Amino acid sequence: MKIEDKKRVLREMVLHRRFEERCYQAYIERKIGGFLHLYPGQEACCNGVMEAARPGHDYVITGYRDHVHAIKCGADPKAVMAELYGKETGSSKGRGGSMHIFDGDKRFMGGYALVGGPFPLAAGIAKAIQLKGGDEIAICFLGDAANNQGVFHETLNMAALWKLPVLFVCENNLYGIGTSIERSTAVVHQHKRVAAYNIPADECDGQDIEIVYEAARKAVDHVRSGNGPYFLELMTYRYRGHSMSDSRGYRSREEEELWKQRDPIFILRDRLIKDGAMSMADFETLEKETDAYIENEVIKFAEESPEPRVEDLEKYVFADRATQLPWLTGKAA
Amino acid sequence: MANIMYWEAIQRAHDEEMARDPLVICMGEDIGVAGGTYKATKGLYEKYGPLRVMDTPISEGGFTGLGIGASFLGVRPVIEIMSVNFAWLAMDQMFNSAAKVRYMSGGQLTAPCVFRSAGGAAHQLGAQHSARMEKVFMGIAGLRVVTPSNPKQAYGLLKSAIRCDDPVFINEHELMYNMKGEVPDGEYFHPLEGSDIARAGTDVTLFGYNISVHWCLKAAEILDKQYGISAEVVDLYSLSPLDRAGIKASVSKTHRAVIAEEDEAPVGVGSEVIAIINEECFFELDAAPVRVHSALVPQPYNHTLEKAAIPDHEDVVKAVLKIFGKA
Repeated sequence: MKIEDKKRVLREMVLHRRFEERCYQAYIERKIGGFLHLYPGQEACCNGVMEAARPGHDYVITGYRDHVHAIKCGADPKAVMAELYGKETGSSKGRGGSMHIFDGDKRFMGGYALVGGPFPLAAGIAKAIQLKGGDEIAICFLGDAANNQGVFHETLNMAALWKLPVLFVCENNLYGIGTSIERSTAVVHQHKRVAAYNIPADECDGQDIEIVYEAARKAVDHVRSGNGPYFLELMTYRYRGHSMSDSRGYRSREEEELWKQRDPIFILRDRLIKDGAMSMADFETLEKETDAYIENEVIKFAEESPEPRVEDLEKYVFADRATQLPWLTGKAA
Repeated sequence: MANIMYWEAIQRAHDEEMARDPLVICMGEDIGVAGGTYKATKGLYEKYGPLRVMDTPISEGGFTGLGIGASFLGVRPVIEIMSVNFAWLAMDQMFNSAAKVRYMSGGQLTAPCVFRSAGGAAHQLGAQHSARMEKVFMGIAGLRVVTPSNPKQAYGLLKSAIRCDDPVFINEHELMYNMKGEVPDGEYFHPLEGSDIARAGTDVTLFGYNISVHWCLKAAEILDKQYGISAEVVDLYSLSPLDRAGIKASVSKTHRAVIAEEDEAPVGVGSEVIAIINEECFFELDAAPVRVHSALVPQPYNHTLEKAAIPDHEDVVKAVLKIFGKA
């Protein structure tokens, strides 16, 4: 990665980290409801892969830990925060919430809350790309635990069979909700499970963005060149619990501290400092600027935005009726 | 008007829509090279090729989800679930993805896909191949449910379902694919909402859908000839949404109602129609509405037991006679 790109991505990753930490605070303050799944610790995964892909051009789909993926694709952090606040200005107009961030214009095809549910949807998006003949690819980010669903295997089989342009990114954070991978899964290294479907697969460190980027470049090139699907496993860790109701009683504080020694933001920061591209003071300024932006713009926007109107409760259940009348009434032109 | 079979009508709708729009595709088990279990996709593979007529692996959850994902980008997949019993495996994707994506994305994404499935009990197929499951589909927000009772509807409903931007579930019937009927020669779009009056009458309304429309028509004939009772038959081809106005209009005219369904009674079409009657026109009733339905048992294999489990036109006649105090 070029120095300028690394500096830009560091800025983005700091935004992603501080955004999520601010969500935590807003949740405690009861500004955010429902379930909230936070991303700190895993930033190099989404950022490394998307640096190798084309955000806003390639189609991205993921699970419920989706805020950062949406922002990385180009969703406005203000709209994402407003969604968490349940506001009309939210990315899903307040109808989705934390687990259902969407940005159709940026080709962020959503966060879904059924573990493994996006697998076949991603393959279907790839099928549509194949039919239409574009150079986009579909990228599906999911966690390791999703691979224990039946649709994981069904989808890999079909994606390989039909050579669909889809990249499966497995962010292996070692826990499925509160159960460790050793206790839930016969094979810890997920890329090994893919071999049965003749899909090329690779595993790498998910904490060092440059390693992720290099592995992702190979993966993206493979898929975009028309060679069919690819599976990339990134070994990572989430600092917070599965969701906000999780006190992390299933793992030790020592284990958490070990992973924090390999923090993705600090790895990149320290490398840039070592290379003379920035100073620690620059980094501290960056953090302050980021916090100010989140507070003065993102939170302010979410706070001040209007609630959806109760009269619009049933809007968006079906397509706008006026546009569908020929099929609903049989009176086609 | 061509007199063609139900499966031919479905095949024709596929063919016309695929010829018109290259983004209309169909997918399912054995639909391509094998021509379709019920021939509903016969000849399409040869005409449109494997990219658009996809023989899928036996992975209902997977290929249904794949079709839904493709529909997010404007592809219009017609997804055949070989037997509605297998739809259980695809319901997560149908309900959680297709039916909800428009709402939970605030209108940004939509899933314009069609799910077709052979429902109903055929002959001695046993507990896991004889389910009627329309009741499961008709309670899902964001999903339209239609069920054709004749070739004209089978053709016109599929045409409309493919064009509609909402996901539509089409409940067909294993015993009806070879039924013949008139279908317009020109293009025809059957409305996805509403109901049809299959036979006009004045004394009692017989509500049916799909195969039970035919029980009702046969019962109406018997009631007229043998008992002098004039029965109106209302074909509820749209199960979601149900036609509140049509139900109200007919019951307000006849003041009596029988609902015939092949499904079991609990939480079904019958209970829903009676609830609508109560809400819309309770004081028009001269008698309590009656449901005709299957026994609440896993479908038995034995022929005699199977026959006992599923109602027919005679049960509809009995229900009407009971209402008129003649049973």
